[in-house]
Amino acid sequence: MERSLAYENDLSNLEATELRLGLPGTDESEKQSSRNNKRSSAEMDNSCEKDEQECAPAPKAQVVGWPPVRSYRKNVLHQKNESELSGMFVKVSMDGAPYLRKIDLKVYKNYQDLLKVLENMFKCSIGVYSEREGYNGSEFAPTYEDKDGDWMLVGDVPWDMFITSCKRLRIMKGSEAKGLGCL
Amino acid sequence: MQTDPNGTNPKKSKDSPSNSANTESTQLPSPFPDEVLEKVLSFLNSDKDRSSVSLVCKDWYNAERWTRTKLFIGNCYSVSPEIVARRFSKIKSVTLKGKPRFSDFNLVPQNWGADVHYWLTMFANVYPFLEELRLKRMTVSDESLELLATAFPGFRALSLMSCDGFSTDGLKAIATHCRNLTELDIQDTDIDDFSGGWLSCFPENFGSLEVLNFASLDSEVNFDALERLVSRCRSLRVLKVNKSITLVQLQRLLLRAPQLMELGTGSFQEELLLGQFGDLGNAFGNCKNLQTLSGLWEVTSIYLPVLYAACASLTFLNLSYAALRSVEFGNLLAHCPNLRRIWVLDTVEDKGLEAVGSSCPLLEELRVFPADPYDQNLHRGVTESGFVAVSRGCSKLHYVLYFCWQMTNAAVATIVQNCPNFTHFRLCIMNPGRPDYLTNEPMDEAFGAVVKTCTKLQRLSVSGLLTDLTFEYIGKYAKNLETLSVAFAGSSDRAMQFVLEGCPKLRKLEIRDCPFGNAALLSGLEKYETMRSRAKKGCPTFCSHSLIACKKDFSDFAEDRPPRCFGRVGLSN
Repeated sequence: MERSLAYENDLSNLEATELRLGLPGTDESEKQSSRNNKRSSAEMDNSCEKDEQECAPAPKAQVVGWPPVRSYRKNVLHQKNESELSGMFVKVSMDGAPYLRKIDLKVYKNYQDLLKVLENMFKCSIGVYSEREGYNGSEFAPTYEDKDGDWMLVGDVPWDMFITSCKRLRIMKGSEAKGLGCL
Repeated sequence: MQTDPNGTNPKKSKDSPSNSANTESTQLPSPFPDEVLEKVLSFLNSDKDRSSVSLVCKDWYNAERWTRTKLFIGNCYSVSPEIVARRFSKIKSVTLKGKPRFSDFNLVPQNWGADVHYWLTMFANVYPFLEELRLKRMTVSDESLELLATAFPGFRALSLMSCDGFSTDGLKAIATHCRNLTELDIQDTDIDDFSGGWLSCFPENFGSLEVLNFASLDSEVNFDALERLVSRCRSLRVLKVNKSITLVQLQRLLLRAPQLMELGTGSFQEELLLGQFGDLGNAFGNCKNLQTLSGLWEVTSIYLPVLYAACASLTFLNLSYAALRSVEFGNLLAHCPNLRRIWVLDTVEDKGLEAVGSSCPLLEELRVFPADPYDQNLHRGVTESGFVAVSRGCSKLHYVLYFCWQMTNAAVATIVQNCPNFTHFRLCIMNPGRPDYLTNEPMDEAFGAVVKTCTKLQRLSVSGLLTDLTFEYIGKYAKNLETLSVAFAGSSDRAMQFVLEGCPKLRKLEIRDCPFGNAALLSGLEKYETMRSRAKKGCPTFCSHSLIACKKDFSDFAEDRPPRCFGRVGLSN
C-alpha cells in the first residue's frame, strides 16, 4: 500500500522529468502548464492520439540528444533509412475523373492490394485479372506506362518487376481497354 | 590527468602525503641513485601508476616527471599547456580529450572550444620529438594539421576520434610531409570531404603505414594509388576503407594484404559475376590473421558467405552499420566461434540474439544499436528476451550496451544472475521514464539487481522509470562504480546524495533532465575532489553549481582554465 502511494507521489513528481517536446531550457510559465497535465512520459505515445493540440506531430517528436546515439551514427543510418524508405510515388489517372491521384507503390505487397486500393480510390470496379482475357467483363482496366513508354496491362509481369518499371497508372474505360486485352 | 598539487606550488600542501616526507628527504640520503630510480620508473606505463608514484615524495615526483613519455589528459581544460610544459620534458605521445561526451548527442554548442591548436604550438616548442597524437572530441583545423605535419620530424601516429574542424586539405598535409607515418586513424568524424585526393599525396617511396582508417570519409579515393600504397606497406595490419571502395576493389586489396588483422570493408553491395564472387571468397580465405571485421555498408546479404572463410579467427565483429536480419546474421555467426565482441544493429531482433547466445560462448562484449532511434510507433528491434537469451549462452559477458523499447525487472534480474561479472552495464530503454512494461512498476529493482550482483561494476547507465530507490541501491552496493549516466530519473535530491555519499570511486557523472538541485551536488562534492560532473542544458540551476563544483575540482591544479567554457555548457541552448 505504502509502495503504491510512494509510486503515485513519484508520478506526480515526474513533471520535472516529463518528456518535453519543445527546446530544453523552458521557462517557468511553460513548466506550470505542463505540471497541470501531470502526465508521465510513459503515456506520451498514447496521449498523442488523444490530444493532438498538446503534442507535436507524433512521428518525429524527439527530445534533444535522446536516445543517446552518436550523431555520426545517426547521420549514417538516417541516410540509409531515407534511401530505403523514399517511396515510389506514381500518378494515377482515371478516364473521366476531374483530377489525378498519387500512390506509393512500395506500400503494397501485391496486385490484389493495389487493385483494391484503386477501386476504393476511384469508386469503380476493376474485376479480376486473367492472362488470357485481361480484365474482360469489368467496366475498367488498369494500365500502366512502363520505362520504355509503352502502355501495358497491369498484372502481366511479376509484382517486383512491375513496381520497378511502372512510371504512371491509368485506369481505362472498359470499352477502350478491350482493345488492349486482345493483343 | 592527475597533477600533483605540489607541482604548481610546493608550499601549498594541506593534505599532501609528501609534506612530511619532504623534510625527511632533504635530510636522509635516497636509498638508491636517481639514475636507478629513473630507470625503474621508465618501465611504468600506466597513467594511474605514474600518478601514484608522483605523490610519494619529491624525489619520486621528479624522477617520474623526467621519465614520463606518454601524456594522457582526459579533459583538456583541466590543466593548461604551460603547466604541462613546465612539468614534463620528454613527452613523445599525447592523448587529449576535449568536449564532454554530451557533444556526441548534439548537446554541446558548435563553438564550445576544445581547440587543439594552442596545445600544438606549445608542443612544437617543448616536444619537437613528439611521435604520437591521439585526440578525442577536439576541434582540429587544417592549420593545426599542417603544423603537426611540418613541426615534428619524427611524427608517426595520428588518431582522430569524433573530432571536427578540419578538411581533407589537412589530411593532404599529413600524407605529404609525415615520412615516418605508421598510423592514420580517423573515426566517427564528420569533416569537410572535398576530395579523395589526399590519399594520392603519400609519396611513391612511402611504405611505413601499419594502420590506415578512412572509413568515415565519403569521397572517392584514387584506387590505383590506394592499391599501390597497400602493396608497399608490408606491415599494414589495420585497413578500414570507406564506402566508395567496391567489392571488386576490396578483393584486389585483400590480395595485396593477406596479413591484415583488422579489416573495414567498403560498400558490400553491387552486382557480382559468379567468378568475382568466387575470387572474393578466395581472397578472404587467404586472410588467416583477421581478428576484427567492420564496415559492410549497405550490405547485400547474399554476399555474406564470402566472409565465412575468414571468420574462424575473428574476435571482434562490428556490424553496427549493416542492417542484417536474424537469419543471415545467425548464418554468419555459425562461422565465428571465437568472437569476444559483437556490435550489431537491432534489425537482427531477438532471434538474432538467440543465435548469439548459441554460437558465441566466448562472448565478452555486446553492443546492440537502434537502427531507427526515433521510431516511436512501431517499436521494432530487440526486447528483453533477446538480452536474456544472450545471457544464457554467454556467461563471460561483462560489457553490454543495449538499446530497446521495453524491459522488465525480472528479465534484468535473470540476466545478471546468468552473468554476474558485468563491469559495464549500459541499458537504454528508449522512451524516457518507461516502467516495467509487464508490471508497470519502476525499474528500480532491475538496477538494484545489477548493483547487488555485479560487484565489479565500473560503469552504469540507467534508464526507464526510476525513483530514488535506484540511487539508494547504487549508493549502497556499487562500491566499484566509476562512471554513472542518468537521464529522466529520480525523484529528489536524496538520489544524488545516496550516490555521492555511497560510491567512493565515482569519477564521472552525467546527468540530464533530472530533478536534482544545488543541495544534492554540493553535499557530495566536498568529498570527491576529482569528480568531473557534466550537466546539460535544461537544468540551469544544476549547471551553475556544477560550475562552482568544477572550479573546486580545478583549483587544485589549473590556473588558466577558461571558465567561460563550462558556463557555455550550462547556459547554452
